[in-house]
Amino acid sequence: MNSHSRISAVSAAPRAPKTQVAIKPAEAAGPAQTSGLKAILRQTRYVISENPITGFAFALFLLLAVAALFGPWIVPYDPLASNTAMALKPPSWQFWFGTDQLGRDIFSRVVIATRLDMTIAVTSVALVFALGGISGIAAGYFGGWIDIVVSRLADMIMAFPLFVLAMGIVAALGNTVTNIVIATAIINYPLYARIARTESNVRREAGFVMAARLSGNSEWRILFTQILPNVMPIMVVQMSLTMGYAVLNAAGLSFIGLGVRPPTPEWGIMVADGAGYIVSGEWWIALFPGLALMLAVFCFNLLGDGLRDIVDPQRRT
Amino acid sequence: MSETPLLEIKDVTVEFATRRGIVRAVEQINISLGKGETLGIVGESGSGKSVTSYAVMRILDRAGKIANGSVVFSGIDVKNAKEDAMRDLRGREMSMIFQNPRAALNPIRKVGRQIEDVLKQHVQADTRDLKEKAVEMLRQVKIARPEERYHAYPFELSGGMCQRIVIALALACQPRLLIADEPTTGLDVTTQKSVMDLVVELTRARGMSTILITHDLGLAAAYCDRVVVMEKGKIVETALSSSIFKSPQHAYTKRLMKATPKVGGTLRGLLPEDAELSPAASMPKISIDWSAKPLLEVRNLIKEYPRQGATKTLGELFGKPAPAESIFRAVDGISFSVAKGESVGLVGESGCGKSTTSMMVMRLLDKTGGDIVFGGEDIGVIPAAKFAVLPQRKRIQMVFQDPTDSLNPRFTAARAIADPIMRLGGLSKRDAVRARCEELAQLVGLPVDLLDRFPHQLSGGQKARVGIARAIALNPELVILDEPTAALDVSVQAVVLNLLQDLKDSLGMSYLFVSHDLNVVRLLCDRVIVMRTGKVVEEGTAEEVLGSPKADYTRELLAAIPHPPH
Repeated sequence: MNSHSRISAVSAAPRAPKTQVAIKPAEAAGPAQTSGLKAILRQTRYVISENPITGFAFALFLLLAVAALFGPWIVPYDPLASNTAMALKPPSWQFWFGTDQLGRDIFSRVVIATRLDMTIAVTSVALVFALGGISGIAAGYFGGWIDIVVSRLADMIMAFPLFVLAMGIVAALGNTVTNIVIATAIINYPLYARIARTESNVRREAGFVMAARLSGNSEWRILFTQILPNVMPIMVVQMSLTMGYAVLNAAGLSFIGLGVRPPTPEWGIMVADGAGYIVSGEWWIALFPGLALMLAVFCFNLLGDGLRDIVDPQRRT
Repeated sequence: MSETPLLEIKDVTVEFATRRGIVRAVEQINISLGKGETLGIVGESGSGKSVTSYAVMRILDRAGKIANGSVVFSGIDVKNAKEDAMRDLRGREMSMIFQNPRAALNPIRKVGRQIEDVLKQHVQADTRDLKEKAVEMLRQVKIARPEERYHAYPFELSGGMCQRIVIALALACQPRLLIADEPTTGLDVTTQKSVMDLVVELTRARGMSTILITHDLGLAAAYCDRVVVMEKGKIVETALSSSIFKSPQHAYTKRLMKATPKVGGTLRGLLPEDAELSPAASMPKISIDWSAKPLLEVRNLIKEYPRQGATKTLGELFGKPAPAESIFRAVDGISFSVAKGESVGLVGESGCGKSTTSMMVMRLLDKTGGDIVFGGEDIGVIPAAKFAVLPQRKRIQMVFQDPTDSLNPRFTAARAIADPIMRLGGLSKRDAVRARCEELAQLVGLPVDLLDRFPHQLSGGQKARVGIARAIALNPELVILDEPTAALDVSVQAVVLNLLQDLKDSLGMSYLFVSHDLNVVRLLCDRVIVMRTGKVVEEGTAEEVLGSPKADYTRELLAAIPHPPH
């Protein structure tokens, strides 16, 4: 009974226009008179109550944030202190997630690792957001040589298997956290540049852009004050979606021995450490960091869907 | 009632579930349509006229449902029919023509094939005679050279031709009911006339019933047997179209008729008697000095584009001029002038170059040749890209066609109006800018408390006022009005036109009014320039040109305006 199947049956009309319900602006705008922040909070509350999964994702995100910010104060043990007497203990009341081959508490390590993994993800996404976003909207708005440079650069990056490219970058630049951030940013660049380019391209001929020109705005000013705010929402959604990918990428690089080095607690390294022990029955070493990784990625992806609902006015019926 | 009607809509209420609760788009409406009858549903936006037709076809959005009443189409209960049965009904028994013909056609499929698809879907033809039937349909909708056009893609055809193809699709299976939802909005008057004549001719010949949904009372009265007038989801009046113009019963119908521009009317006459005028109306008028030098003088203006699909010749790459046939002249050497305080109408059908001309005068587009002299200075030589930041910019401003499109969805009304004031007006103090915004809002009749709203929280008329306030914020000498009321309902149009006239009289601006609507031009303009294919066809005072046109083309344009039966 969905509307698409019904519409496709209308012979004269392969595409039916959306039925519009006229809500009188006066009443539609009544409560929206309040400030922007309040409106966003109201919208957020609405989306969460409509879609409990988004609420779940927000809760998960809060958990990650708490672990990242206050990790050192919550953990019961020093994540680096080895205690060979307690090595390879299964999960218990004393060690919630068990201990690894050096007797380190896995729970403590998983919680402490949150900060590092989140930092890598957030900084790399912020970097690519700035670079990809700005070059993308400029490409879409001005066209010409800027467009050619940006689009071909994106094509070039897309031509590589992305994880292999990231490996190559880290291997070439050196094995540091900074380089993981750079590599993660580079492989995400095409996504951001292309979305920003498309979104600004459809708006370059819009009436409000011409009006801004008449108001005496220079082209760059129009780009930043008129186009950018309109491209922002979809970029923010994209940010959340790539966050999960960035976490996975950072952990993946560490897993194969690039980037973060032991004994620093990091989910990827911990999974790599535990991988050898699974066959001998010590499953908890790899499972819990892997679970944390999975939940983080899951959380960001769900959050992306939720954010899309929040920023997309089309969904505000 | 001697025979049962083909379609009976009884006490139908359509509801939409929205965030703010249930919205009733249509309430308790009753419509019955006889066999072979043509019924017009007229109303302004939000009156529920389209929703009514969607309810008949049962193609409402997921959120919408027929909450009450019954829809019976030739004995079938549409409200409770199975989806399979409805699918069979749509296209074969009832079909629909939509507003935008290009969106209704598949852009990557030959139009002939699209007609065949419909015939196949409803098993109306064998594979052997499919093509024959499709070509026959094209012939019936009066497409010239149908065998050739069978292979055309939608983008190769004009808007009017696309609408004919859509009509062919709708009529391919010989349905008994045709619903036309604003079928000619967006088409030129002459095209509108030929499309409507065609619809009427074809449906009469087949004894079909037609529902014509439109905002244009004149169009409905000219082509329909009966007219239903809707307001806010309710039917306010049902009458024979021959009588509705002579003796409208309901107050809303009267108001609608009054607001529709017509021959012999005045601007003030469009408004209801108790209408509130903007403060600009009561300000003293500035008299026009006709002997002064013209404010704007356009001489022999030319704009050329390379023809689409034209490849560069080898010679061109080496600096030889391009051959004449690869160049398209959008504006072909036109000259005119605008005096201070005068309003000049630039009329013509789509593609005649009127918008290109206005864009060049506006300095948003570079000319190919000719002069644009504004206030004694040739501004045509300044590149468009540089003009934006020059002080001359504030002397020429513009009101755009689509008030929604011309406002940044993420800026409040106040910020939209403040933008030119801060960039070019020399004011930068927050309070001073705000004060000027409020002053402008009052001038255009926009309640000051609406200034902090975003465009989507404003109605069409309010958005138009914001656009006007922004255009006059810098006290420009010349304002170009690019179909400023084309996207507005007639009653809102009436108010906006009056506002524009009052502002001009009190602020002493000149207008260059670009429009395709001759009735509106007649009301607002002192002089009219008729354009066709980039050239001026006729020029003179509004009375001369529209009262006793000399050029055949002007006469043709005037004749195509739908006239209600007298």
